[in-house]
Amino acid sequence: MPVKETRTSKKSLMQRIRRELVVNRYNFLLLAPVLLYYILFHYWPMYGAQIAFRDYSPAKGILSSPWVGFQYFQQFFTSYYFGRLIVNTVKLSVFNLLWGFPAPVLLALLLNEVTHQGFKRVVQTITYLPHFISLVVICGIILDFTKLDGVVNQLIALFGGEPISFMLSPQWFRTVYISTSIWQEIGWGSIIYLSTISSIPQDLYEAAEMDGAGRILQTIHITLPGITPTITVLLILRVGRLMSLGYEKVLLLYNESTYETADIISTYVYRRGILNAEYSFSAAVGLFNSVINLFLVVAVNYISGKVSENSLW
Amino acid sequence: MIKKTPARKAFLICNAIFLVFLCIITLYPILFVLFASFSDPGLMMKHTGLLLKPEGFSLEAYRAVMQNPNVWRGYGNTLFVVLIGTFLSLMTTAMAAYALSRRSMATRRFFMLMIIFTMMFSGGLIPLFLVVRDIGLYNTRWSLILPVMVNATNLTIMRTSFQELPVSLEESAKIDGANDLVIFARICLPLCKATMAVMCLYYGVAYWNSWFQASIYLRRRELFPLQLILREILIMNDTSSMDGGSVGDQEMIGETIKYATIIISTLPILVLYPFLQKYFVKGVMIGAVKG
Repeated sequence: MPVKETRTSKKSLMQRIRRELVVNRYNFLLLAPVLLYYILFHYWPMYGAQIAFRDYSPAKGILSSPWVGFQYFQQFFTSYYFGRLIVNTVKLSVFNLLWGFPAPVLLALLLNEVTHQGFKRVVQTITYLPHFISLVVICGIILDFTKLDGVVNQLIALFGGEPISFMLSPQWFRTVYISTSIWQEIGWGSIIYLSTISSIPQDLYEAAEMDGAGRILQTIHITLPGITPTITVLLILRVGRLMSLGYEKVLLLYNESTYETADIISTYVYRRGILNAEYSFSAAVGLFNSVINLFLVVAVNYISGKVSENSLW
Repeated sequence: MIKKTPARKAFLICNAIFLVFLCIITLYPILFVLFASFSDPGLMMKHTGLLLKPEGFSLEAYRAVMQNPNVWRGYGNTLFVVLIGTFLSLMTTAMAAYALSRRSMATRRFFMLMIIFTMMFSGGLIPLFLVVRDIGLYNTRWSLILPVMVNATNLTIMRTSFQELPVSLEESAKIDGANDLVIFARICLPLCKATMAVMCLYYGVAYWNSWFQASIYLRRRELFPLQLILREILIMNDTSSMDGGSVGDQEMIGETIKYATIIISTLPILVLYPFLQKYFVKGVMIGAVKG
């Protein structure tokens, strides 16, 4: 056997590739559809993203359209909407992260304190449910509840307040977007933390109790450190998607009177690209967004690897 | 056993109250829609404030929705996408996950990286749209399935569960002369039935709920899935697609029609959810092993 091993390693690259293909011919057969999928719907569009640097017209095709360099990027950076789009995207994402990320952690910690197993299960079942309801339905309910004569305004009136037309006022858009996202995802998001908490060895708690640590100290010194790796990994994933999050929901909730705060880069790409068919320009805007995303995920992972030794790779 | 000091007791009570409150605000909007859908349209118009039971009782709204051909055609289109899509997604994901879990594949790391990279970087919406159009999927039902056929997270979960199967199984099967196709179909797949069930649910729900693909790739109304019809009714506030009845009636039941449509379109999920909940949760657990 060892003789054969050394012989293999001395073989040329081509031979090694051929050997891999022969030994794993069935595995490659099994992999083929997914490989084709990724090439077709992920890597081909990456190649096609070059239309951002060309004056693309569908009639000419990608390769025959003339190069224009950074013209479309420049057009975007100097456009009236650039500042507003960046601010809106960053604000919506960052606030959504700041409010939305800790919420499931908190719920998991609170659920962990519940001693009655039946009650705990009921709370879990109910809070997981909205995760599975379609965004169209959720947004339909949001629009219905927040309209002038909707349930929310009727409650406000009940307490003597003035009705607010939430979805027509730019200053309310982020609040509605973020609070309803928490409403929909808090339960589902808590599952992973709960399962991590349940894997913390019970004797740590017993030892802490011997030392006279109360429930609060136990939570701070045992439970929280126990779920920190999970929190870090999820945080990295969330930050990496920071600039591309939730545009489907924005598309369903916004309207021209809330563009001022609601319009984000990806919805702008959608309007200019899909609705107005300005392919090259919107591809440039989209590419700009993708590059920032990639930069974010690499940077956050690097920082977290330095600081806490928890990283994705 | 933890001793219960007064402070601890007070905390537990507050905690319970908070959690009950959370459950109420989670469930209430759904209950409101349910009650409103059974309400009498006239009474519903006049009603203000919270709804704790249906206002009167009427099946008018449901009758109107049932008579609407758009809703049924939408249902049919959605069923097609959910059934065919889930089947294709499940099979291709499982096949690739199996291949990428084999130690004999020296290139498996390369392919995994290739897949994971797409989670961090994409060419963007427009280039994808152009690809879908160029390969002739525009305005076909396949545009709702093929461009989202594989989910990298699901693939990773599936791969993890294949990796956890004992290597000895594969080895003894190989000695008996089985090739990878046989090992996959006859040994590994049946052993990962639980994970397959979870994947089936994840893909199924995703296909059922998706609307964005349809809104950009479909122009022909007769292909619209349910969620797109729903969007017209709920978001664009257009109940005119509901035929039958005079204009005045339309306006009256218009509101309750919205609620009835929500219930009809969400019913499968609401009914199945309590039974399937543990499988959904299981998926998160399998996924967490990796993280």
